[in-house]
Amino acid sequence: MEEKVISREKVVTFIDTLIGKYYVFAPVKKKDFISFDEVKSGNEVYLGYRNSKDSPKRFLFPQSEVMLRYEKGRLIEEGPFDYGKRVIFGIRPCDIKGFSLLNKVFDNHDFRDPYFITKRDSIILIGMGCREPQTTCFCTSLGIDPGSSDGADLFITDIGNKYVFQILTSKGEGIISEYDGFNDAEKADLDMKEKVSEDAKERIRTKVEISGLKEKLDGMFEDPFWSDLHEKCIGCAICTYLCPTCHCFDIEDETVNDKGVRRRNWDSCMFPLFTLHTSGHNPRESGKERMRQRIMHKFNYFVSYWGDTACVGCGRCIINCPVNMDLRKVINNINHG
Amino acid sequence: MEIVERIREEARKALEEKKVELIIGFEEGSLPLRTTPAFIKSIDAVERLIWNATCENNLANYLLRLKIKGKVGIVAKGCDARSIINAIKERQIERDMVFIIGVPCTGMVDRKGIKERFDEAEILEAIEVNGQIKVKGERFEGSFNISDFLYDSCKTCTQKTPSLYDVIVGDEVKEREDVDEFREIREFEKKSPDERWAYFTREIESCIRCYACRNVCPLCYCKECFIDQSRPQWFGRSIDESDRMIFHIIRVFHTAGRCVDCGACERACPMGIDLRKLTKKVEKDVVELYNYKAGIDLETVPPLATYKEDDPQEFIK
Repeated sequence: MEEKVISREKVVTFIDTLIGKYYVFAPVKKKDFISFDEVKSGNEVYLGYRNSKDSPKRFLFPQSEVMLRYEKGRLIEEGPFDYGKRVIFGIRPCDIKGFSLLNKVFDNHDFRDPYFITKRDSIILIGMGCREPQTTCFCTSLGIDPGSSDGADLFITDIGNKYVFQILTSKGEGIISEYDGFNDAEKADLDMKEKVSEDAKERIRTKVEISGLKEKLDGMFEDPFWSDLHEKCIGCAICTYLCPTCHCFDIEDETVNDKGVRRRNWDSCMFPLFTLHTSGHNPRESGKERMRQRIMHKFNYFVSYWGDTACVGCGRCIINCPVNMDLRKVINNINHG
Repeated sequence: MEIVERIREEARKALEEKKVELIIGFEEGSLPLRTTPAFIKSIDAVERLIWNATCENNLANYLLRLKIKGKVGIVAKGCDARSIINAIKERQIERDMVFIIGVPCTGMVDRKGIKERFDEAEILEAIEVNGQIKVKGERFEGSFNISDFLYDSCKTCTQKTPSLYDVIVGDEVKEREDVDEFREIREFEKKSPDERWAYFTREIESCIRCYACRNVCPLCYCKECFIDQSRPQWFGRSIDESDRMIFHIIRVFHTAGRCVDCGACERACPMGIDLRKLTKKVEKDVVELYNYKAGIDLETVPPLATYKEDDPQEFIK
């Protein structure tokens, strides 16, 4: 593995160099939060962030995506459409793990989703280790290290006055070669990198017990636990839409006169419409069944299908819930209830 | 006796006397500056109830959302009580099926506003003492007057003390006479239509259509929301600008003459959209055209439920 270093100031120039050749998406300040957005200049990038408000999953799995266009019942154009070469700059390890979990769903032995795959293959991931995880972060409980480069093409560690760039793939190599301002990392830089990663890991004090959770949930489908749990939930989609792993969608045709588009839109298991049948029957009639589905899907069904948990411990659902439903508490109650 | 003790006492009594099935109130939250709605069903659980300047949720929402059989006790601030009045007038709940523990409210603290003070640094602890919030982070400590950090809807509130209740805990809070609640809207109205449209467009841009604004709102109790209808489907479910706009425009029209400006929609929005600009404008129009404010009393007939020959109609073209 090769490591390069670059000064803080030069990172901006590096990003500027990339902008001419790729669509670059990076954390930017918006109102009172941070979100990944396309940047037209390196100066727009805000790298002092903890994590973004919304997950960058929309770059692989957009909230709303045109699949095809038709006219008078005939196909005019079919996706996946070309999104160009995209670089995601500064994505956190938990969100990269989110990408790998989405990958299990959209690219497996039974289904290969061309819309997802095309985007995945044209994206270059420049990950960035965390320096200051929040108290709502619990990625380590899910086996994720806040300094882990897993899944990234390039991985950045902020060591104070410099950034260490770890080259992990040939795509990453290609990106580095776009700019000549990098120097080889010295031992002191690498030691510092280790220290930053260790410190970040140390800072994550919230622990959630995941081992045994799946088995516990196996026998809980009819448990009275769910009757009370959902009470305060208002049934909005903040938790599912901001989540890096939630991936449910709905496909619909939007036709005006004879013309139309087929779209894939995000959907949320927290909505009553999610499982409403055409007959009018809804197997998940109340908040109880819907909340159960959300928890079961993440911590039980997903584990059965894909051998992994559909949660990365980013804490977005906790921070943003309007009624302070705390997933950590839910898990603890399941474990100890 | 402190407010919290009086809330507990009333809750305990109501449960003991089997006057109510449950009490909806607030309990300790899991994050600094947060409380969370609590559903108290047994006397043992009464101790969980708390009261402070972070009890920001409008609990009236649950009266309409949860299908509770039997009488419900509820802890209500001024705005929650206005929402309850509204729900009674709209025949969604019956007066004698709700036991209101009214709490005179001095305003709720704007947690986002306090967080902004510390930029990206995280607040680790917040304690409320005598009208002040003491905040601790990893590298900072600070103390704020709650009155300097109230939610915008609390700053312009004209009904701090509930006007409808079965018991009231705490002393009446003096309503401010000098509040000019529509000042911001008047300023906004002075802008050109293009400027206003641009502002609205920019705000709506970040909407992710999570519908938190709709779902926290005690007015949004329709069995089937127009958003969810598929036959006919009124508009698309994408995040195209027009789809997002139609959702917000229709939602706000549905609040006309009904919104009590509790601010719940704006607080719930994860993307910080200035939703009150819309609702407050519609509220102002109804006050000016029909001299009506929602949720003030049980008697006045709402403008949408009545007709007068001299109703203004200049806007009908």
